[in-house]
Amino acid sequence: MGRYQFFGYRRENGRVGIRNHVVILPLDDLSNAAAEAVANNIKGTLALPHAYGRLQFGEDLELHFRTLIGTGSNPNVAACVVIGIEPGWTGRIVDGIAKTGKPVAGFAIEGNGDITTIANASRKAREFVQWASEKQRETCSIEELFVSTKCGESDTTSGLGSCPTVGNLIDKLDPLKATTCFGETSELTGAEVVCASRAATKEVGERFMQVFRAYQEVIERHKTSDLSESQPTKGNIIGGLTTIEEKAFGNLQKIGKKTKYIDVLKPAEAPAKGPGLYYMDTSSAAAECVTLQAAAGFVVHLFPTGQGNVIGNPIEPVIKLTANPKTARTMSEHIDLDVSGILRREMTLDQAGDQLIEIMLRTCNGRLTCAEALGHREFVMTKLYQSA
Amino acid sequence: MTTHFIVHDKADTVGVMVVENVPAGENLTGWIMETDETITLKALDAVPLGHKIALNEIKAGDTVLKYGHDVGRAVAAIGKGNHVHVHNMKTKRW
Repeated sequence: MGRYQFFGYRRENGRVGIRNHVVILPLDDLSNAAAEAVANNIKGTLALPHAYGRLQFGEDLELHFRTLIGTGSNPNVAACVVIGIEPGWTGRIVDGIAKTGKPVAGFAIEGNGDITTIANASRKAREFVQWASEKQRETCSIEELFVSTKCGESDTTSGLGSCPTVGNLIDKLDPLKATTCFGETSELTGAEVVCASRAATKEVGERFMQVFRAYQEVIERHKTSDLSESQPTKGNIIGGLTTIEEKAFGNLQKIGKKTKYIDVLKPAEAPAKGPGLYYMDTSSAAAECVTLQAAAGFVVHLFPTGQGNVIGNPIEPVIKLTANPKTARTMSEHIDLDVSGILRREMTLDQAGDQLIEIMLRTCNGRLTCAEALGHREFVMTKLYQSA
Repeated sequence: MTTHFIVHDKADTVGVMVVENVPAGENLTGWIMETDETITLKALDAVPLGHKIALNEIKAGDTVLKYGHDVGRAVAAIGKGNHVHVHNMKTKRW
């Protein structure tokens, strides 16, 4: 096996996953109880409860569907059972996921009640989980890997060490045709002109600026202060970050020194322009951002942290790295890779990038991340505005 | 030799402390990543791990430079070797 190969699950549509989940997916908040009951009945399945799905409309509703269909379609999911309050929208999710060719079935609660729905869905989940358990990993190449990144509870060590380590990995994997993604629109504030200059073409850079300006309008409309303690967060400030501009330049280190992004994605939109780096319009809240990237089909996530954000995702493994020696010492059970040696000048960025590639490939081969081992499964839908 | 603080860019007016529990009055050694230069500085405050230290005098209203870029403005006079944070620096945005 070559240095940049890994063992993954090749799905019906050719895409490659690194986990083999059977997901019980509720369409809406009302269906969480039934979904969780099915996951409790059938071992090896995973329910993804969430708070939304009722009376949403317009772009917000489209995002709801895109996120749920994308989550079920992610190659880390082998098969999916969808449960909704009524059959119409449940069927829309099922049909969307079915386009991947993977096994999917929908169950509606109205006219049946929870108990009958749970029984029927459990029988189907039992069938799916036994089918999935026979899937074998096979050798896959780095060109088939979709990698996302987002940082959290950043401090100044993020900009010095952990974010540039991700950047070093991106600069190494981009020529090898990996597909990668960054986001966090509000957290580019102050560094937006530099970010626009990193687009592959002027047109892509201009589309980034349009998205950036639209987000600023939202902040300007709703803000009651200069956002200190929200952006940067309380944790950021404890860690020494003073302003959003300072945080933004640290954040941007994640895309490396030379890689250019080739397209601008809507939240949860799957990349469609082939291999390369993509920018996605997301919130900078960790669980919202990773949930959107997972829904867009990214299968492994790189998460630099300074003060020690503990986030995970139910379907996309989240690998955490830190350059903060105190965090590496006091929160070691959350840290997959300690790059604090960069700050002591014991480790070069190049060495740190190589170590991150190694731990990423081991994770792809099946090694559980700290967040997986600790049971972190934050699945958080992004909501754009009030429900009707 | 211990590196007490790191500076991203030669043009920067602040560096970042990368060791814990350094008392005020200590003579510090810093490393400029961009140029691989070593500089020295006397700490006027006990600056915590990850927090910024002024590399030269910064007047109230001056732009603070880090990564070679504008990352905010001083809202009080800051002396060379002082702690730079929310008490004397603010965003220019929002």
